[in-house]
Amino acid sequence: MTTTTRRFLRLAGLAGAVLLALGVAAPQTARAELRIDITKGVVEPLPIAITTFYGGGGRDAQVGADIAKVVSADLERSGLFKPLNPQAFLQTPQQLQSGEPRYADWRTVGAQALVAGGVQGASGGQMKVDFRLWDVTAGQYMSGLSYSASPDSWRRIAHIIADAIYKRLTGEDGYFDTRIVYVAESGPATNRTKRLAIMDQDGENHQFLTDGKTLVLTPRFSPTAQEITYMSYFNKKPRVYVFNIDSGRQEVLGDFPGMTFAPRFSPDGKRVVMSMAQNGNTDIFTLDLGTRRQTQLTDSPGIDTAPSYSPDGTKIAFESDRGGSQQLYIMNSDGSGVRRLTFGNGRYGTPVWSPRGDLIAFTRQQGSGFAVGVVRPDGTGERILTEAYHVEGPTWAPNGRVLMFFKETPSGGGRSAKLYSVDVGGFNERRVSTPLDASDPAWSPLIP
Amino acid sequence: MRMKALALMAALALLGACESAPKDAGAGAGAGTQNTIVPGSQQDLVVNVGDRVFFGFDRSDLSAEARATLDRQAQWLKTYGNVNVTIEGHADERGTREYNLALGERRANSVKKYLAAQGINASRVKTISYGKERPAVVGSNESAWAQNRRGVTVVD
Repeated sequence: MTTTTRRFLRLAGLAGAVLLALGVAAPQTARAELRIDITKGVVEPLPIAITTFYGGGGRDAQVGADIAKVVSADLERSGLFKPLNPQAFLQTPQQLQSGEPRYADWRTVGAQALVAGGVQGASGGQMKVDFRLWDVTAGQYMSGLSYSASPDSWRRIAHIIADAIYKRLTGEDGYFDTRIVYVAESGPATNRTKRLAIMDQDGENHQFLTDGKTLVLTPRFSPTAQEITYMSYFNKKPRVYVFNIDSGRQEVLGDFPGMTFAPRFSPDGKRVVMSMAQNGNTDIFTLDLGTRRQTQLTDSPGIDTAPSYSPDGTKIAFESDRGGSQQLYIMNSDGSGVRRLTFGNGRYGTPVWSPRGDLIAFTRQQGSGFAVGVVRPDGTGERILTEAYHVEGPTWAPNGRVLMFFKETPSGGGRSAKLYSVDVGGFNERRVSTPLDASDPAWSPLIP
Repeated sequence: MRMKALALMAALALLGACESAPKDAGAGAGAGTQNTIVPGSQQDLVVNVGDRVFFGFDRSDLSAEARATLDRQAQWLKTYGNVNVTIEGHADERGTREYNLALGERRANSVKKYLAAQGINASRVKTISYGKERPAVVGSNESAWAQNRRGVTVVD
């Protein structure tokens, strides 16, 4: 890995970021404040005016414009916001730097919320960015923050601001300051080249992590987002590995006699749970990353695979064909107390526990079609979010409100594989753009 | 280069098999090229014995036809006692990635067990699963799927 890549990947510059609430207290009023209720399924997107962040001129002005674009794109993509066309705005970014907005002007352009901000020092070693959010309908200030960081982390600052706006207006944590690791695909279907790749959740800052000489599958982030566990066919021995993003170091996990696959970190990052196949039987094991001790959790003669921890670490969802066909099961994290979760028609696989703990996402195969859906951990409330010839492998945004998955479509005698996101209500399905074909996405936690 | 040529031979042998339900490929095919085949080689196995067996959907048990192919493979492995092989287990695209990895391992192991029962020392036979990652045939129909649900014997 090059020095540039490493510096870039370390997300440097934000370690010393100063977050200050801007010194304007939100006045308390009896009136219900502006809020998007995202628990109600489909909502009308909130019209929001996001002005260019004021920078005066030069580099500050450029960064100010870029930050506003990223904030706007993040909020738009969520499906919950409708950023308005800045050409219609009646008040300039500079005018918004001091004093109250002219609320009537913003109501005229149809805005219900207004975002303005400023950038200073972008051409130096330390940049200051601030933003303010107003409730236009009520005519009041809602919140604002100021950040200091190195100028090359302007994208992260923009995502952090988008997260702050999302949180203030929905009451839920955001998910924009996150990354996606996935498998980039190229070449013929019979001999596909697969490489680990990583990018910001909006597709920017794309980097390949492996060279494609070795088949790699199913990458997943550690809770710190600094490590990735995945499966590699290095030396024709399919095993679970861990990849350190900072150092570029790759290391095989454990000393297992058979193929290991389907890895995921425990929520505390101390263990990796995975499957091992040997002599025609697949069971679930954990590897303690500190002691390197292996623990076998299942011993059914069937295929037990795709384990996923509950966010509190006490339970593991997995799939098994022990009952005759592939279905979802839940067990305690020590392997005891196994119970079956799904009883529906079709085959259920790839359970993934929501970071909120309230739902388990899955892939369902029924007839010749695939679907991605969710079910509550008690087995009730099963819902399908998307269906296609082939969809598979859901992963959750850290706020548990959005999922990503991949979709394969027959294309010109081969396959095209793309990433998509969809909200937990099954609305707002969108293509996630990648340079090459893409599969096996995994969403990071919010970047620490 | 050599590996490429062998892969091509395998593909040709397979094409010769059948349109709809694939037959266990190889036996008798390509007789015209026999004079160039090195005994005990992969090419020998593909052309004169049959290097692969096929499985039903989500199955890992061996059909009578598969067993006949593996009987020939066992004889061949006895003839060439210094040859070691790897059984590659494969699945069709209709399954999740992880499940198909496990299923491919189950299929490879099913072949290995059968060969062992015919007297082939297990130490000569390794297994590897490719799940749905390395289809033999591209296509989204029963014919393609049937040809991809396979166990392939590869000379080490």
